[in-house]
Amino acid sequence: MKITTKFLIGLAILIVLSPLGLLLPEHFMAGSAWGEWGMDEMQKLVGYIPQGLERLSNIWSAPFPDYAFKGWEEKGLLHFSFAYIMSAIIGIAIVVILALLIGRMLSRKGE
Amino acid sequence: MHIPDGYLGPATCGVFYAVMLPIWTAASKIVKKTLKARQVPMLAIGAAFSFVIMMFNVPIPGGSTGHAVGGVLVAILLGPWAACISITVALVVQALLFGDGGITAIGANCFNMAFVLPFVGYYVYRAVSCKASEDSGRKIFAAGVAGYIGINVAAFLAGFEFGLQPLLHHTASGQALYCPYGLNAAVPAMVGEHILIFGWVEAIVTALVVKYLQKHSPDLLLMRQINQDDLSH
Repeated sequence: MKITTKFLIGLAILIVLSPLGLLLPEHFMAGSAWGEWGMDEMQKLVGYIPQGLERLSNIWSAPFPDYAFKGWEEKGLLHFSFAYIMSAIIGIAIVVILALLIGRMLSRKGE
Repeated sequence: MHIPDGYLGPATCGVFYAVMLPIWTAASKIVKKTLKARQVPMLAIGAAFSFVIMMFNVPIPGGSTGHAVGGVLVAILLGPWAACISITVALVVQALLFGDGGITAIGANCFNMAFVLPFVGYYVYRAVSCKASEDSGRKIFAAGVAGYIGINVAAFLAGFEFGLQPLLHHTASGQALYCPYGLNAAVPAMVGEHILIFGWVEAIVTALVVKYLQKHSPDLLLMRQINQDDLSH
């Protein structure tokens, strides 16, 4: 088997296992990463929301915020896991297309 | 380690975009000289690997979360400049599509994770492996050390960038405008977490894949040397 094929199988396994990155923190009651708190958490942590932070935090509205689907906020972990896997697939597809395009522009042909 | 929008002031964001522009330009030029068409799929696989490994949030029970970047492995396989491009692609897609890392902080996040992390990791790997043979245990050890040090230096920089904000921007009454935690809190938090937990995840991932490749595709580990030779001609 070609090593590229093995890598692709590895990636597929990582995609399927990716919800662990969602479920384990949930299970162990771990909060946000340091410095990646939402506005509510910031209010609790320091007692106020820094003005600039509040102003800039909504500058960009990502289509799949936190690897989840909009409107699914109230659904359960099963739905979140599904959205997480779909996000991994969508994200990897776009990352691969972009990297291949850049790679084709930068690589020496015929070698 | 993905700094969101609003945690860094405009000055810091601008500086890091300005710093990354020549780095991205240099990366394109150098990769153009060395990347062979048959290596292009690896560039994409590296970007995809880095993207998905960052989704594996590792919990500190009752505390925060963090993750590996996978960038040191990509640097070992493709060289640090190509790794810079691969990880940049992953970080930009994470910011734009998934809101993971701010769009104003893409410069800073790329500096930490797509530039410093692969470069530190790559040179630590080379220094620790010394002249060890490709199939040696020393190379596996070197890969682990490189992953550990690479991600910790990147975490230190992220902590430093966070911690600088209260010094740079605050209201007359002393309230922070952006990240409210200073250097004395941000640096120990970021570095501490990575020294204790997330650094080991990066180390293990890097070492295990190098071990696997030694057995199943040793030529991939040689690829960099082929590129190095090309450069010296």
